[in-house]
Amino acid sequence: MNKECALQISQDGDKLCLTFLGSWTIHVNPCSTPDIVKDFPSHIKSIYFNTEKLSNWDSRLLVELVNITDYANTKSIAIDVQGLPSGIQKLLKLTRKKTGLPPKEKHSKTGIFEEIGKQNIRVFNQIVEMLAFTGEILLSYLRFFSGRARFLKRDFIYFLYNCGPQALPIVSLISFLVGFTLAFIGAVQLQMFGADIYVANLVGLTMTREMGPMMAAIIMAGRTGAAFAAQLGTMQVNEEIDALQTMGLNPLDFLVLPRMTALIIMMPFLAICADFIGIIGGFFIGCFSLDISPILYYEQTIKAVTLNHFLVGITKSIVFGYIVAFCGCIKGMYCKRSAGAVGQATTAAVVSAIVLIVITDAAFTFFFNLIGV
Amino acid sequence: MDTAKALIDVKDLTMAYGDFVLQQNLTFKVKQGSIFTIMGESGCGKSTLLRILTGLKSPAAGTVFYSDMNFWESSSKKRTQRMQRCGVLYQSGALWSSMTIGENIALPLQQFTKLPPLLIQEIVDVKLALVGLKGFADYLPSAISGGMRKRAGLARAIALDPDILFFDEPSAGLDPISSRMLDDLILELRDSLGATIVIVTHELPSIFAIGDDSIFLDTETKTMLASGDPRMLAKNSNNIKVKQFLSRSSSLPGSESSVENE
Repeated sequence: MNKECALQISQDGDKLCLTFLGSWTIHVNPCSTPDIVKDFPSHIKSIYFNTEKLSNWDSRLLVELVNITDYANTKSIAIDVQGLPSGIQKLLKLTRKKTGLPPKEKHSKTGIFEEIGKQNIRVFNQIVEMLAFTGEILLSYLRFFSGRARFLKRDFIYFLYNCGPQALPIVSLISFLVGFTLAFIGAVQLQMFGADIYVANLVGLTMTREMGPMMAAIIMAGRTGAAFAAQLGTMQVNEEIDALQTMGLNPLDFLVLPRMTALIIMMPFLAICADFIGIIGGFFIGCFSLDISPILYYEQTIKAVTLNHFLVGITKSIVFGYIVAFCGCIKGMYCKRSAGAVGQATTAAVVSAIVLIVITDAAFTFFFNLIGV
Repeated sequence: MDTAKALIDVKDLTMAYGDFVLQQNLTFKVKQGSIFTIMGESGCGKSTLLRILTGLKSPAAGTVFYSDMNFWESSSKKRTQRMQRCGVLYQSGALWSSMTIGENIALPLQQFTKLPPLLIQEIVDVKLALVGLKGFADYLPSAISGGMRKRAGLARAIALDPDILFFDEPSAGLDPISSRMLDDLILELRDSLGATIVIVTHELPSIFAIGDDSIFLDTETKTMLASGDPRMLAKNSNNIKVKQFLSRSSSLPGSESSVENE
């Protein structure tokens, strides 16, 4: 079998004969005439084909024939397909079949200003969406406190368990290591002043005021906020939320309320645990690495950490709990209906939660500094 | 025509997503006790129409009347009350995936009736038996097949004994036998419960087997092309597109019909 493809062009008066030789398949190297129509003489009236020596053909030949037919149509040259194999005649006819062209999508190149404008509009729309969702949550809580919100107690208890005890091990591990690291870094600096004992203050204050609530919140954003977004997003995809709505169960009451309430309740507890475990982490370093006596370290910590510091941390953690649940739920509820959208919703929930947590934390720190707490 | 009372009366309905108009000037009546099919090509807005009828999306213009109630002008509370007397079967069944089949069916009963738990349990068992899923109450939706999920969805839709049932593509994704069984079930439920049924579908066998009234939505003209008994439409419609749809032929008049000359 000839493994080469070749084309012979011969002219007979104003008729052009194209003879395809060999094997015109996609596995054969392109033949020497990549653009067949270029070699056509200009004054021909019709084209016919000879395929007697064609051993094999597939889309490779079809593409050439489509090109030739297109060329012939523009130059009003007659095409005689009789010489082609019957299969390819049919395929050629199918490609010639007129179909309604799809409407041209407007993907014109956007300038930088248009892009900036669009991005601003998106951000604006997102803010409007967030405000609307906040309002709806408020209404939902009004119904909750007047006893008209319908949700399952079982769901609520499950989420309490999920956001509390189940999250505790990972929160503990991370905050232990944070306290540990803080003490290490602090010790190196403070040793230079001979102020080793102040490691206790450093760790105690940082954990209770900042790191305890924040680390707990960030872990919960990645753990629970993402889970909320994925759960609600999947329910959106499966039309489960529509089913709730048509049944007269408000999806916000039924789905968002138990999740959000559970997280807001559990977050302060997680933060308190994180505080203590972080301080214990620092204690380890203080006692074993800096040779501070355990009693001294304990007393120094008690002296440094007052109730106010604790309350600052707890206030923050309540707000963080709301933020994590809010971001998870809003992204899940406004999820579009595809598997990809669920992934996007989950990512967006975690990212926006962490960004909001850090911003809020900065604002809180500034505010508490201002009022001197 | 108007011997039976119109239960749903739609006038000059326009539906749109933003600026994109999907369908306009839809006017039709769904008579009490009929099986009304909404048919049309994929993407013509059948499911959107269902979302408007079931209160999930507001129309861009026009009115929807349920008996004497102007559906979209009423308060959302009244709409919810109206919808509680409707059952909806979604395309995928839309069972709440975190609950068992039994809990799915029990939930509306627990939330909207004051029945004792034991009675609710009995009702759940009866509804499951009606759709042929006796004994599946403790299964999770993920543990049963697609056809069973649809039937479970149907059991949930009829949990509160609705007077109108909406179906979104009930036979999509089912094999011919299951789809036939579902059709029979729908007919039986209509006859025994006396419910009015609105079905969105493009399955011809279903349309002819159970539909006794219909509208045909068209994508190109963005409106309804025909309405009436689908069997009559297939015979007598003078609209070529409706006829093609109902006879499952693809050749468009005026275009080359010689494609299939073998």
